[in-house]
Amino acid sequence: MLSPAFLSKLRRLLPAHCVLNEREDLLPFESDGLAVYRNTPDVVALPENEAQVAAILKLCHAEKVAVVARGAGTGLSAGAIPVDGAVLLVLAKLNRIKAIDPLTRTAVIEPGVRNLAISEAVAGHNLYYAPDPSSQIACSIGGNVAENSGGVHCLKYGLTVHNIMKLRAWTIDGQLLEIGNESLDAPGYDLLALLTGSEGMLAVITEVTVKLLPRPERAQVVLAAFDDVAKAGAAVGNIIAAGVIPAGLEMMDRLAIQAAEAFVHAGYPLDCEALLLCEVDGVNEEVSADIYTVRKVLEASGAIEIRTAESEAQRLKFWAGRKAAFPAVGRLAPDYYCMDGTIPRGALPHVLKRISEMSAEYGLAVANVFHAGDGNLHPLILFDANQPGELAKAEAFGGKILELCVEVGGTITGEHGVGLEKINQMCAQFATPELSRFHDVKAAFDPDKLLNPGKAVPELHRCAEWGAMHVHGGQLTHPELPRF
Amino acid sequence: MLDTLIERIRAAHESNTPLIIQGGGSKTFYGNADEGEVLSTRALAGIVDYQPKELVLTARAGTPLAEIEGLLAEQNQMLAFEPPHFGGPATLGGCIAAGLSGPRRPYAGAARDFVLGVRMVDGTGQPLRFGGQVIKNVAGYDVSRLMVGALGTLGLITEVSLKVLPKPAAESTLQFELDEATAILKMNQWAGQPLPLSATSWHAGLLTLRLSGAASAVQVAQAKLGGEALKDAAAFWQRLRDQATPFFDKRPIWRLAVKPTTPPLNLGDAQWIEWGGAVRWLASNRPAANLREAAKSAGGHATLFRGAAPADGVFAPLAPALLGVHRNLKQRFDPRGIFNRGRLYSDF
Ligand SMILES: Cc1cc2nc3c(=O)[nH]c(=O)nc-3n(C[C@H](O)[C@H](O)[C@H](O)COP(=O)(O)OP(=O)(O)OC[C@H]3O[C@@H](n4cnc5c(N)ncnc54)[C@H](O)[C@@H]3O)c2cc1C
Repeated sequence: MLSPAFLSKLRRLLPAHCVLNEREDLLPFESDGLAVYRNTPDVVALPENEAQVAAILKLCHAEKVAVVARGAGTGLSAGAIPVDGAVLLVLAKLNRIKAIDPLTRTAVIEPGVRNLAISEAVAGHNLYYAPDPSSQIACSIGGNVAENSGGVHCLKYGLTVHNIMKLRAWTIDGQLLEIGNESLDAPGYDLLALLTGSEGMLAVITEVTVKLLPRPERAQVVLAAFDDVAKAGAAVGNIIAAGVIPAGLEMMDRLAIQAAEAFVHAGYPLDCEALLLCEVDGVNEEVSADIYTVRKVLEASGAIEIRTAESEAQRLKFWAGRKAAFPAVGRLAPDYYCMDGTIPRGALPHVLKRISEMSAEYGLAVANVFHAGDGNLHPLILFDANQPGELAKAEAFGGKILELCVEVGGTITGEHGVGLEKINQMCAQFATPELSRFHDVKAAFDPDKLLNPGKAVPELHRCAEWGAMHVHGGQLTHPELPRF
Repeated sequence: MLDTLIERIRAAHESNTPLIIQGGGSKTFYGNADEGEVLSTRALAGIVDYQPKELVLTARAGTPLAEIEGLLAEQNQMLAFEPPHFGGPATLGGCIAAGLSGPRRPYAGAARDFVLGVRMVDGTGQPLRFGGQVIKNVAGYDVSRLMVGALGTLGLITEVSLKVLPKPAAESTLQFELDEATAILKMNQWAGQPLPLSATSWHAGLLTLRLSGAASAVQVAQAKLGGEALKDAAAFWQRLRDQATPFFDKRPIWRLAVKPTTPPLNLGDAQWIEWGGAVRWLASNRPAANLREAAKSAGGHATLFRGAAPADGVFAPLAPALLGVHRNLKQRFDPRGIFNRGRLYSDF
């Protein structure tokens, strides 16, 4: 609990309507996009400008009060979930686009600006901001930087880290870090990369300069159906081996296809085990050349049906099914749990086989949606939270999937972050020396551990406890750690 | 081999002996003077894994870049950031530690953009592994990218995994006689249009521009832009990449990284512009303070690239808050400061 004395100091820094601590006002901030994790915040601060952010941080630092930054709260790993005794610092009101420079192809924006609002604001210049998470109508650019978010187009256009140039960020003691600049590099260490994906653990971001790209002249999508998931997986590698880098390369399995088709009637073939959507974009002539190559490769890879969108309307319809895959799968069961592992693409058939075996073991159905181009797998585990024990079962199953991703040389999270959700699996992915270095990085910015405590990087004793429960092939993980 | 290096680093940590990490020595000119015994990575060589279909290559730090590029070329792939070799036997480790990229950088990305994972040994002799061999990975802080451009001051890089890309099917280079201001404007206007640009340069009244992509796309763009086709273009871009033209024999050579649309700096020095206007190479004897100020007010920073270091060092001094973070990181990764002492900044 925060003391009344602290709260009154906080109130002095902000207009009255910018500090919330009545119960009903706090409810919308209990969770992020991963709603099974909930905690009521002690207090919510909604600063309206950068100076207020800095003042709040200084106060919290002086009083040793923790701070959890929050953007739009669409995160899927409970990264922005409130922490007891902390201020929840919501950046949503810092939502101005400060400058657009069409010739330099950059925009300077505040962290609360929604991802899609950037592309909308610069559309008149025939420019756009490339990273396009499916949540782009809602998620904030500050959250995107904190999670290093990706989207359907990141194989070709990169993640957030590849599309930003400069940050203004504040350390917990109220110091301004100006990271990066308007040129293409900066002297010293690459702190821009270090802050990207740091999940609100190192500094609070108050301004982002993003890179804008010219809108491609043309985009075209090919849809291909396969009677075997492994063949679809192989086709993905074959397209890339043929020298094409698709703008988007997405895969869905049978359950996901059926759910999406029933939901949005995208016109997907239903009698197949896997569907690939391959989009190529660029200059008109390049797109024609690539479509030709892609179709040939798909044929050679054993596709049972191949369709090229005949119009922009049809292209959008093909995508509508994929983009609605999460809510569509959501209609199949009361709840679903979305996982986010990344694997080397070659391991796909093995991983999908293991997932379907585990699905039988746990008695929970799984639909697979896959950013196939970059090996980022989103298995959606279906369950019913009202059935006693099912949530725990879904979480256990999800944890196993992530450990499987690590086993095949992948990672526990491709784009959703660790947050609170995957904190145990961090122990599977990293050994003690690496985890210690992560704590060192944290300490270089925030030695008192006041920013987003308990998230993203597990304390070593936690891994010791976790390791004791996960004896792997007779070998204790983290054997060097004391157990208690 | 790795064990021997780790032993030496542990011993150096114990005895507080500074070490100079060295690969092919192609970039010894770059950065501030450092002190210590040479720790060579050359024996730590070899490609560990290459999966063309995964677009991922992993190699040990001492592997010559030329060997990597040769292997990639067999599969029609490339390092898209076009790293400079500077005429020497450049290695992968040095390439990543220096973090320098070549002509394709503004259009394809920098060295740091292609790093997926590293194995390294910190200043206490502890081997560490960050990132991996997959394109998307947000588990833990991005320490792999932190190593890019750190000039070895945070640890010895022992292995790197990189994302690689297919080679473009066709390339063509065009030249235009244009004054500096118009060239800068054109480079930026064209970059804002869907054209397959892959490199730009302006020097002595001549704008040179490379197009890369499907043959038909390159042809159409060429027809649209006009200009004179340059013969022997590959050699032109390679010489620029490696600074193997007489311009770069001058001393000192400054690198001013600026906002690409910055109008001509008008400092009156010989100049070569690259990266769509974002890099201005100057052969200039002006005081460092003047050049640093010019770069800063143009949204960037100035580096003394070749020649004698000015009093404030080769790299632009950092603001106090940033310097603090740098010191803290250095202290954690290399507590006794044994790696490349002074190479990046004089106080660590
Ligand atoms: C339906 C749906 C689809 C999604 N699809 C994708 C997708 O395709 N790709 C993808 O990558 N993600 C996706 N996500 C996840 C989520 O949208 C992203 O992680 C997004 O970047 C979070 O932004 P946010 O503003 O909602 O951040 P929040 O959830 O509010 O916060 C996320 C993290 O960022 C920190 N943070 C927020 N703002 C700041 C700041 N200004 N300074 C410092 N730290 C800050 C928080 O502390 C927290 O740790 C999806 C989510 C949903 C619900």
